[in-house]
Amino acid sequence: MFRTISLGLVSIAVIVLASIWSPKWLLFPATMAASHGIVTLGIVLMMRSGVVSFGQGMVFACGAYCAALLAKHAGINEALLLVPAGGLASALLALPFAPLLARYRAIFFAMLTLSLSMVLYGILVKTETLGGSDGFNVARPQIMGMELPADMANLGMFWLSLAFVGALSIVMRIYFDSSRGLVALAIRENELRVEYLGSSVQKMIGTDFVVAAFLAGIGGALTGLTLGHIEPNFSYWTTSGELVFAAILAGHHSVAAVYLASFVLELVRSFSALYFPNTWQLALGLFLLIVIRFLPQGLGSLWIGSRQRGDKQ
Amino acid sequence: MLALTILVDGITYASWLFVVALGLTLVFGVLKILNIAHGSFYAVGAYAAASLVSWFGSMGLAPEWSLLALLMAGVATAAILAPLTERGLLRVFYGRDEVLLVLVTYALFLILEDMTKLIWGANPFYVTEPYGLFGNLSFGSLSYVGYDLMLIVLAAICGGAVWWGLNRTRSGKVVLAVIHNPEIASSMGVNVSRVYTVAFLIGVFLAALGGAFTAPMISVQPGLSVGVIIVSFAVVIIGGLGSIEGAAIGALIVGLARALAVHTWPAAELFSIYVAMAIVLVFRPEGLFQRVQARKI
Repeated sequence: MFRTISLGLVSIAVIVLASIWSPKWLLFPATMAASHGIVTLGIVLMMRSGVVSFGQGMVFACGAYCAALLAKHAGINEALLLVPAGGLASALLALPFAPLLARYRAIFFAMLTLSLSMVLYGILVKTETLGGSDGFNVARPQIMGMELPADMANLGMFWLSLAFVGALSIVMRIYFDSSRGLVALAIRENELRVEYLGSSVQKMIGTDFVVAAFLAGIGGALTGLTLGHIEPNFSYWTTSGELVFAAILAGHHSVAAVYLASFVLELVRSFSALYFPNTWQLALGLFLLIVIRFLPQGLGSLWIGSRQRGDKQ
Repeated sequence: MLALTILVDGITYASWLFVVALGLTLVFGVLKILNIAHGSFYAVGAYAAASLVSWFGSMGLAPEWSLLALLMAGVATAAILAPLTERGLLRVFYGRDEVLLVLVTYALFLILEDMTKLIWGANPFYVTEPYGLFGNLSFGSLSYVGYDLMLIVLAAICGGAVWWGLNRTRSGKVVLAVIHNPEIASSMGVNVSRVYTVAFLIGVFLAALGGAFTAPMISVQPGLSVGVIIVSFAVVIIGGLGSIEGAAIGALIVGLARALAVHTWPAAELFSIYVAMAIVLVFRPEGLFQRVQARKI
């Protein structure tokens, strides 16, 4: 645990130092990678016990809308309040659904979460007070009561994201290594045996769903505040699809891989949008196929040995 | 009166949806793949129909021939895309995790989405010829387009043909054996990989046929596939994956739920379908027509 915390803090410090000298254009994709990465980490959390949520867009959008609405209507301008509020709102939204969803597995879990996110999408598109299909703009927030000067805005938002995402990632790594976190891997292997050994699989999956929703809410709030704009597309199924893609690309072994995967995906997306504006989906699809073909265990499997992964020999 | 309108609208919507969902459920039943690219095959079918109908028109053929053009669009799409996809792509990933296979088809969906834009451009196409062929029918004060009602017949033919093929023919029984247990079927001398290819071919054909025959009712433009795939997912999930009867009932539930929303509460159109699906799943987690499966220890 001490090792995880110190390793995490050192990595965050290194990234902060690197970001000061990094080229300006890199900061935005890096911020997006962090804020989407934390959502992906939630999907990875559930993937560890073998269920994949194809509707994480719902809680992602909920966090973003909550933070944006608080900023717009309640006049709260402090990012350190807005971001956790987004996380809490998403966790609250997920809470009533968790016991219901925990009864489902595999494709049914994926499809039910998908349908929930599409219901939210439908509501957001049709609600004019929430901006309808165009969404609305969000003013840039203050950080600890300080206005960000225009030239520091990108760096400030990146550091803000890094602070939240880094802290939560350390917590999640500790959780993954805890005995409860390891039971998740056992569920993935054989659910019935885990139940015979006295753990409640449903309770576990339900709780993980709420935790994942909290993470997604944080990510949504960070994304909305960084973009300065939110829209119903946050809850659309293709958003969820891309988040699941990042989770598959990362694999469920390493937390660092989640951010690497998010970052790679963000770069592939911006570069293909820049160089093949009409065929970026094609490029993304080919990239996805190559990853699934040659790296089925995800990027994390590159540096985590097979013994630690617990592969069957 | 409103009830009748909802009923007819719902059944019309359900009819083409059933044809598409039938393909999806067949592919899932045999290959155990939930195919996101199914919506893309639907879209390609619609685009092919637009091209073929206008080509037939430019050759000076009578409008009746446009129905043949629609059928040919379905056949051509399946004949070209199905072997390429199944032999060239899916085969590499057989035996992998179900969710991973969903992502493979998601990648295929992304690729086909841009391919259709590259081939047909971003402007909408309108296929008008076939729509007037069947005239109008009137019930009391309401009048319906004959083409819409013809789709119901088409759906019944497709459903009946697939059911008959699976349950009443020798090759259908072989397919059922493969669905039940590919390994045992294979050891009994069944060419499982050919069954996969043929089943996938039929699945793609049904998707493309659905696309071709709905093309006259809509404007064929990018973004078609996304809407269709989500709705047909809802249909097969409601009915139970891999079940023909389920796809029929699922299509009816979705069609009626949507028609009810359109006529009574239009704002709810977008999510009425998902609400229907969620309600069914709460009471029947595996769908309406799915046998309960024993959990493996």
